[in-house]
This record gives sequence, structure tokens and C-alpha cells, in this order.
Amino acid sequence: MTRKAYYARQIKRAAQLLLYKRHMKPGVRGWELKNKLGSDYPKILKVLDEHLEKLDLQVKTVFEGEEPKDNPTMEELNRARFFVTIRGGFPSKDTKMMGWRIDDVAGLAAAIAHLVANKGKAPRDEVEDLLRTKLPGWRVEMNLNRYIRSGYFAEDENGMLYLDWRTRAEVDQKALVELLLGTET
Amino acid sequence: MASTQKKPNLEHIQRVIDQCKAVDTKGLDPFSVDIDDIIATLHQYFPECETTEELTMDAEAVQHLASVIQNQGDWVKHRSTSLYTDPFLLEEKIQRLTKEELAQLFMKAWNPIVEQEQLSIPYIAEALDYWRNLVPINERWQKTGPMQVASGETTREELVKLKILAEKAFREELETFWTELKQKVGEKEKILYMDFVGADTYSETLERAYMTSFLVTYGYATLELVPLEEETYIIPFKEPKTGQSDKQMVSVPVSVSHKEWMEWKEEQQT
Repeated sequence: MTRKAYYARQIKRAAQLLLYKRHMKPGVRGWELKNKLGSDYPKILKVLDEHLEKLDLQVKTVFEGEEPKDNPTMEELNRARFFVTIRGGFPSKDTKMMGWRIDDVAGLAAAIAHLVANKGKAPRDEVEDLLRTKLPGWRVEMNLNRYIRSGYFAEDENGMLYLDWRTRAEVDQKALVELLLGTET
Repeated sequence: MASTQKKPNLEHIQRVIDQCKAVDTKGLDPFSVDIDDIIATLHQYFPECETTEELTMDAEAVQHLASVIQNQGDWVKHRSTSLYTDPFLLEEKIQRLTKEELAQLFMKAWNPIVEQEQLSIPYIAEALDYWRNLVPINERWQKTGPMQVASGETTREELVKLKILAEKAFREELETFWTELKQKVGEKEKILYMDFVGADTYSETLERAYMTSFLVTYGYATLELVPLEEETYIIPFKEPKTGQSDKQMVSVPVSVSHKEWMEWKEEQQT
């Protein structure tokens, strides 16, 4: 098998691994990709990312811990989780196609922004109070539980909410804060 | 009097711990904790800490204080990053935006995960194979009722053989044993322990020693120890004594070794 054919096959395999749901939680761990694709999987993912760019998609890496790494070690990559996400935002008119109500998206945006401004954590009561200013009480609790179940937030035994893996994978926190601050009100 | 005043104020230390904990659990501003003041207080109390409780509380306070300092460090680090935004300013912006505006802004920063759920032909084939081999639910969940067993009768002798019933009721056996003791003692007041429990075989001797212990425990007899003669006697009561609880109960270990039994047996034969 030529080198080109080998990579073509591996890229196809990587796309299947990343795009098709395999576990309850989306995405694939680095060590899993290493087992299936070999130890040069970061290189294969880089080529796949270039292919996906044409479709406005990207390979997103979420490392264990808060901060994304610029030059991650192989060990850090093996522990990280890889996803395919939309690359350049989502046209707002397509929101309905995702099964999200405008209330749900707005509540999620407000809650994430509040947590980002508070170093990634805030008491659940505080977030509920914020959401209750614009949403009915019953929806606030239901939505927060939904965000937690989806992996946007985690809650500890003291009722503190933290930004969780899905927020790190899907939301450009810096861009969100800049967009909010840039609005003229 | 002076030493009482110097005693560490545990309530004060507990308040320090609670205050430090609140920074972690309630997300309070870590700079609301006056570190220098707390260190000075703990420093003042520490030499007076004597008990384990005092030392543990002091250590706990130091540990929580370290956590607050770490929080302060994180806070400074966060403020220096591009992600830092004044929470009040951001909240103000959120309050002024409509739900639609907020959602539209969020869509620009949101890149949802792309995930596909799809069946493959080999997986469908595997599933069909599983279906073919799956036992019908009425067979899998068949209720198993209690097994029907033919009823019959059993005799007391059979139960004794099966060790379900003792050959004699224990109390009955104990009273027979007590009567035997009284007979052996006769007009004398007491009998040597070994003369009573001793039997033709060693196992029978042990069995009698076991029963004798119950005679004493249940108030049918008592033991008399004569240290100078190194002898133990059994004294039967005319009536069982049940009201012994007001007296101090004493356990008396009595050895019935094989050697002792052999010596006793030889003595009996001579």
C-alpha cells in the first residue's frame, strides 16, 4: 500500500470514529484514536481537519483541565477528547433545525456568560436568579438540568455550577464575552 | 487565671475555618478574607494548643487559609487574562438584551458538536442474528413457583437422628444430672469435682464437665475451691437458686485434661 493510500484510508477511518456516535458521551479519547489509527493519529487528524474546513467543520480538541494547550505532549493528547464541531458559528435562522427553542439558547448563553465572568463557577442559585429575570421559574430549573445533563455545566454537592466539557468543546468563550461587551445597549 | 485567658479560642478558629470554606463553597470574593489578621490570630493561639482537638483545628484553619490564598492567586491570574470581564458589566449587558438578541449573539460563538447516529449493514445483520437467538419473553420471565413436595410424617427418633431435636430437652437433662449429683453427694455436703464428672471414657468425662458448668451457672449447684488442698468440690443446692443476680458472678475455669482424667482413672482402679 502506498503512503498516500494508507493516509487516505486512515483519514476515512478517523472521520468515521469522530462523526458516528460510539458512546453515551460524544467524541473520542486520544488513546482510543491511538489504538485504532496508530501513534501518528495527531497527524491524521490534522489532515482530516483540513478536509473538514471545506465543509465548515473542524476537529476540536478538549484537554483535561481548563486551559487549552498550545504544544500538548503526547500524553496530554492521549487523555484529551476529540470532536468534530461546526467551524464558523451557526446561522441563527437554522436554530430551529437543532431542536432548541430560542429561550433555551438564550438561557444557555446567559448562564455561560455569567460563569465565564466568574472564573468558570458560580452558585446555582445565582444563575437561577439571573435566568428568572427573563424566563418563567419552572423553565429555569428544567433548562438548567438539561444543560447539566448535556455536559455544558457540572454541579457539585454544594450547589456550585462549573463550565463542563461540552462548553469547552462548543463555545468560544472569549468570542462570546467580546460579542456581549460589544453590543450597544 | 492567666493560663485560662491564653487558651485558644476554638470558636474563633472555627469561624476562621467557616469563612475560608465559604470562599470555596459559596464563591465569595477571596480578598474579603483578611489573611494577615488570621495568620496573626493563629500564630497567637498556636503555642497554647495542647489537645489533639486544638491542634487539628489549627491545622485545618491553616489548610483552608492556604486554599483562600490559592483562590486569590487564581483571581489575579484570571483578571490578567483576556477572558476577564467585570461580572456586573456583563450582567448589565445580558439584562438589556432581548432573548432573541442574546440567542443570535450566542450562535456566533457556538460551534455545536457534529454527531451522527446511523446503523450499518453489518450491525443490522448482527442484530438480526441476536433476535433469532433471543428466547421469547414468556420463557425468559417464566415465573418459578414453589416446588411441590409430597408431605409425610416423621418420628421423634428420626428428628433426634437428624440432630433437629436433642434426645432430651436440655432443661430436663440438666435436672436429671442435678438429681444424680444430689444422689452421689448423699448425706455428705459436697463431692470432689473429678469424682462427679469422671467417667469411663474421656469424651464422656468432658460431656459431664460441660453439663456441670450449666448446673453451676443455672443455680443448681455451686463450686467450692480449696486452694491449700488444690481441690475443687461441687455442692448441690436442695432447690435451684434463681436469685443470684445480686451477688457478684465469678467465672471459675476448671481444667479437665486427659492427663488428669488418666490419673483419676488409675486412682479409681487401685
